[in-house]
Amino acid sequence: MNALILSAIWGLVMMFCGVFVKSKSIPKYIAVLGLSIVLISSMIELLTKKSFFHFGYNNMLNTEGFNLSFIVIILFCTLIYFLLTGSEIEKVGAHVGEYFALIFFVLCGISIVATFNTLLMLFIGIEIISIPLYILTGSDKRNLKSNEAALKYFLMGAFSTGIMLMGIAFIYGGNPNASFYIDKIEMGIGHMPVLIAVGLLFVLVSMSFKVSAAPFHFWTPDVYDGAPTVFTSFMSSVVKVAGFFAFLRLFEHAFGIVQDQWQVLIVFITVATLLIGNVTAVFQQSVKRMLAYSSIAQAGFMLLAIFALNDKAKEGILLYAAAYSLASIGLFGVLTKMEDYTIDGFNGLAKEQPVLGLAATIFLLSLTGIPLTAGFQSKFFMLMAAIQNGHHFWIVIVAVLFAAISAYYYFRVIQAIYFKEATKTIILPHSINIPFKIMLIVIAALILIIGVYPELVIGWMYR
Amino acid sequence: MGNYITFPDLLTWLPMLAGLFCFFVVNQKKAKSTAIIFSLLIMGVSIATLFFTNDAKYLSYNNVNYFWLKYLGANYFIGIDGMGRMLTLLTAIGFPLILLSTVNQEQQNPKAFYGLMMFTQAGLMGVFMAFDALTFYFYWELALVPVYFLCSKWGGERRIQATFKFFVYTFAGSLLMLIAIIYVYMHTSSRAIEEGVMIPHSFSLTAFYNAQLSVTEQNWLFVLFFIAFAIKMPIFPFHTWQPDAYDQSPTSVTMVLSGLMVKMGLFGVLRWLIPVFPAASVHYKNIIIILSVIGIVYASCIAMMQDNIKRLVAYSSIAHIGLMCAAIFSMNVISIQGVLLQMFDHGINIIGMWVVVQIIERKTGVKKISQLSGLAASAPVLTILFIIIALANIALPLTNSFTGELLMFTGLFQTSIWFAAIAGIGIILSAVYTLNMIQKVFYGSVNKITTEVKDISLQEKLILFFIVGIIFFIGIYPQPLIDLTKESVTNILFRLK
Repeated sequence: MNALILSAIWGLVMMFCGVFVKSKSIPKYIAVLGLSIVLISSMIELLTKKSFFHFGYNNMLNTEGFNLSFIVIILFCTLIYFLLTGSEIEKVGAHVGEYFALIFFVLCGISIVATFNTLLMLFIGIEIISIPLYILTGSDKRNLKSNEAALKYFLMGAFSTGIMLMGIAFIYGGNPNASFYIDKIEMGIGHMPVLIAVGLLFVLVSMSFKVSAAPFHFWTPDVYDGAPTVFTSFMSSVVKVAGFFAFLRLFEHAFGIVQDQWQVLIVFITVATLLIGNVTAVFQQSVKRMLAYSSIAQAGFMLLAIFALNDKAKEGILLYAAAYSLASIGLFGVLTKMEDYTIDGFNGLAKEQPVLGLAATIFLLSLTGIPLTAGFQSKFFMLMAAIQNGHHFWIVIVAVLFAAISAYYYFRVIQAIYFKEATKTIILPHSINIPFKIMLIVIAALILIIGVYPELVIGWMYR
Repeated sequence: MGNYITFPDLLTWLPMLAGLFCFFVVNQKKAKSTAIIFSLLIMGVSIATLFFTNDAKYLSYNNVNYFWLKYLGANYFIGIDGMGRMLTLLTAIGFPLILLSTVNQEQQNPKAFYGLMMFTQAGLMGVFMAFDALTFYFYWELALVPVYFLCSKWGGERRIQATFKFFVYTFAGSLLMLIAIIYVYMHTSSRAIEEGVMIPHSFSLTAFYNAQLSVTEQNWLFVLFFIAFAIKMPIFPFHTWQPDAYDQSPTSVTMVLSGLMVKMGLFGVLRWLIPVFPAASVHYKNIIIILSVIGIVYASCIAMMQDNIKRLVAYSSIAHIGLMCAAIFSMNVISIQGVLLQMFDHGINIIGMWVVVQIIERKTGVKKISQLSGLAASAPVLTILFIIIALANIALPLTNSFTGELLMFTGLFQTSIWFAAIAGIGIILSAVYTLNMIQKVFYGSVNKITTEVKDISLQEKLILFFIVGIIFFIGIYPQPLIDLTKESVTNILFRLK
């Protein structure tokens, strides 16, 4: 559990760094250093199966290859995020060290939700992720929108956490084994026991809330829009896929055997999410809001993994984690440099900043799911998983038709970038430097490489 | 050669290399010549493949099979067989013609333009050579994306909407095809064992041919596949993107779209649809022929009413494709042989038509038939060459399409005399609107616009003479092309039994 321990320790380091280091630009480098250490140690753990730390956690965490490779992907994407937009985090407010510290605590929470073996660990992990996020959302203290978003997120989040706790209590109560371990929940013969069914429903609702699946998505656009753009980037990418991973892990291990009894609920949620996400995104004028809705739409595709619940789904969620996080981190990175967040604000970007234009186009193509990009591979695996599942075949057709609709709003931005003329300044002055461009090229290259050779991402999970 | 570099490698990597070259290496002025030189080189390679048709001897020259997504059973498998050889040849001949016809035009940002053109060629080549469903799908989409950028950047006034309609149509179609591909894949069996791990399924064409599918499954998988191909061809009622896209694209891209890209749909039907779902093909046969025939008559009627030359040629193309689609689904030796021949001929003829349309548009600045009159007086050579191409397009004897259409009609006739008769009306109508257009544009009294037009330059003459040369050569002696594809036709029909 290198990632868990080290990220918690480094979170503390970052907190004190805020006290002792006065310069605003230093914390970024310390954070990058720390994250690199966490990443490398997690990779070592993935390759050698040995943790640096030995303590009895009573089998409450499970460090199999699948979970660890997910953590590595998350850490890697976060590292890319730091490198790309680290300097934007400095601009949000005065407490630079604390922002990084909070992100490290989120990573600590993610390492728990990626490996939990008991419902309690799941709950703790979700809370460790959520609380720093409430703070990050409101970190732009003088901006009313940011404050509103934080309050909204906190109230709604607290409510859904309550529902989850209630659900866990029901499951525990209905379980004759009286155990929190997810693989020791007794489902009985025929229909599952009523208490467990109620608990399942509650957990389902609250997990849907956390991953912003419809009809529990209402907080998403406002929170994503109100939060400082750099943190929206983090929330909508890394944190979101982590939520999905927990969702998948919970439903696979705890409720996998009775899938036929709850699958229809997931079908409903998936279709609703795809519908609401895609259709609403079409009407957005602000790219930031469009990306918020598109993240709901992408969640619809990720829900197919929970619908399918097989090996391909697991591979798909890993690919989705990498592809979706990279593309949206890159895109939000470009967005932070824009003068104007509306789609018209992107007019003529390619002419003024060819690198930004090209990179943003590749990210958008990846989100659309055009072959040769990582986005295609992730959608491809999800479709494969859903078809392999064999039930409710029509859901796949619904999903691809909505994917075609998603081309509409993603390509509107591409059209603005390439085919329209700029009427005003598009880029914030003095904001683009060479390292930023290099990072964008690296992300775009990674997306293309994963698009051709997805085994790079999923090859590790069976170790 | 042989095990080191093979023809499929050359035919896909050369255009890609050329594209990268145009994008990143050469400067703006040299992009055009780089692309033309590369495309001529590719044409040379493609002609060279004609001498290596003996598979028993040259199998390793004509096929490439790399491991790609190993544990999925997806290989990067491309190769040339008879049908593929002919279409790669068409692509390889078409591109130099298209690029040469743009020589006199000033493109803004030629690096990007020619780079994207070459990527399109790579995509097309890959589609015509893929023997693995996932490779096929990759190239299928790869051909689409550069065309999207080409049309949206260099097209006419309403280009962005028109191209976008085209993109969303085809993208939706290909995603449906992707579902069908995955579904068939799940029902294939493969005996391949890699590193001791059994791979249960495979994406290869042969595995697809042997997939275990019930008749009901075949029937709806057929629909998913067919929508993708029907949108690409396009046949009625999936054609609505096409006139807009042809009209708004820059003419050189329209040539790619109408001369080469529509062949992707027809080729897909012949390579993937009919052999993989033989029972379903027979099941849907009549419906599709009826749709095609409706399309022929409908498109011909609209073409008669058009005042815009580009739209007229676009609708005439829908009619021709409709006939080919009807002939494919007649599913006998003669008709399919005719289709394969006609695919080549149509590609050459329609490119020729567009070259002339482009010249007229550039010289006069208008594309309305009603504003043009008496071009023959000021541009006699152009007129003669265009009339030959136009007559080839309506399949006069001695021109290339004659043999193709004759074979297709004979085949269609064997299915049903009624289909053949109604489709025949389309041919008559095509003569009506083509001759009408020639009469109005080239003959009649000279008007203000056309007096100042000069006849075509030497280089334009060469392009058109080359096209006319091919038209007559195939018109008089089509046998080599028929021999080239004979085996493919037998293979397709063998799957139907």
